[in-house]
Amino acid sequence: MCLAIPALVVSLDEITAMATVDIGGVRKEVSTQLVEDLCIGDYVLIHVGFALQKLDEDEAAQTLKLFAELQSMDNDQ
Amino acid sequence: MKYIDAFRNADVARGFANAMAQEVQKGRHYRLMEFCGGHTHAIFRFGIHTMVPKEIAFVHGPGCPVCVLPKSRVDYAIALLQQHRVMLCTYGDVMRVPASGGNSLLEEKAKGADVRMVYSAQDALQLARLHPEREVVFFALGFETTTPPTAVVLLQAQREGLKNFSVFCNHLLTPPAMRQVLDSNDLCIDAILGPSHVSTIIGSEAYQFCADDLKLPLVIAGFEPLDVMQSVLMLIRQLNRGDCRVENQYARAVKAEGNQKAQRMMAEVFTIRDHFEWRGLGMLPASGLQIAQRFSLWDAEKRFEVCAMEHDDEVKGCLCPSILRGVSQPQDCRLFGRGCTPEKPQGACMVSSEGACAAYWQYGMGSGALRQDAEVVL
Ligand code: SF4
Repeated sequence: MCLAIPALVVSLDEITAMATVDIGGVRKEVSTQLVEDLCIGDYVLIHVGFALQKLDEDEAAQTLKLFAELQSMDNDQ
Repeated sequence: MKYIDAFRNADVARGFANAMAQEVQKGRHYRLMEFCGGHTHAIFRFGIHTMVPKEIAFVHGPGCPVCVLPKSRVDYAIALLQQHRVMLCTYGDVMRVPASGGNSLLEEKAKGADVRMVYSAQDALQLARLHPEREVVFFALGFETTTPPTAVVLLQAQREGLKNFSVFCNHLLTPPAMRQVLDSNDLCIDAILGPSHVSTIIGSEAYQFCADDLKLPLVIAGFEPLDVMQSVLMLIRQLNRGDCRVENQYARAVKAEGNQKAQRMMAEVFTIRDHFEWRGLGMLPASGLQIAQRFSLWDAEKRFEVCAMEHDDEVKGCLCPSILRGVSQPQDCRLFGRGCTPEKPQGACMVSSEGACAAYWQYGMGSGALRQDAEVVL
């Protein structure tokens, strides 16, 4: 029940506090009332029709870098 | 898809499995409790339990809000339908939870009650706007992930002065329940996989008590398979070093302080109940939310009087209480698969797909081979 999925913000309506997001090609309207400073192009976690949190690109890149390091270590063995 | 595919790569999963195999100390047990039902589901769906070394055991926690919803609350919702003829809106997950008489909201709907499955709390609010002649009640439940959306619609209803809308509040708090469950004497676990999306709201600082008071290492873990694998490795390393710290593997979504805007809204709309009943765990102090006095016009429990109801006890033989505390496993229950299945759940852990019994059943655990629907990444 606590599952939230990543989605790309494609348009924002400040008056209604709604955003159109793209989830793997599917468009959906979600409320942006729980997040601050949202911009088009941001990725957000979507849960029950609400954007819950912005996803941090740099942090994601850090995690993926660790994955890549692990893989290269594994290939060396 | 961005933020998904890269976290499901089979080669990296193998890399993590190899690193774990090298780092676990032979003969030592690593019992890791995943508090959250979302993790239980991910572990079986992606076959993670088959990839980790045998020294590692996953102990399933009580973090499934549908599983821990006591029958009395479903009874109350049914009473609202029968005694007040309300339009009851709720999330799909709760529709099949059996109430005391064995009937569910789905069965009440089949008998003609006005039960609406909604995707979002906002849909419930919209139904109230469209049907001013009806009393519309939103049956709200869930942990801190699902609570802020309920706060938003309550604030909206107040702003609009909406008179025919109210909320039946069953929201739960993760940290107090975690403390209660982990503090019990018969529990033997070594470390915790911390919730993903609850943590996006409450932040990683909220778990400091696990390290400080309970002396248990905790890693906040994302729900993707590589998130879980990496988090398990982080826990193995902490345990090997004799550390107990709160670490955050899911840093792309979880900040130390969480989502403060959402926290402010929750604080405005809700207060903490003295006690709340958790199915299988009993009354837990300060573990649930109620609607604040200022919003009592929109509080279904204040708005509607409900005649006394009889509540059943749990089905005899159901091991949910000890499964929800991580002490028993689903296959220890003699009703598992014999009388208790997801189609006809007898206890809480079989109701939601995130419950331990339902996950074991769906993925063929306890009955031999893995079933087809497990998307084993290795
Ligand atoms: S199998 Fe059914 S009866 Fe047994 S513990 Fe699980 S939910 Fe309860």
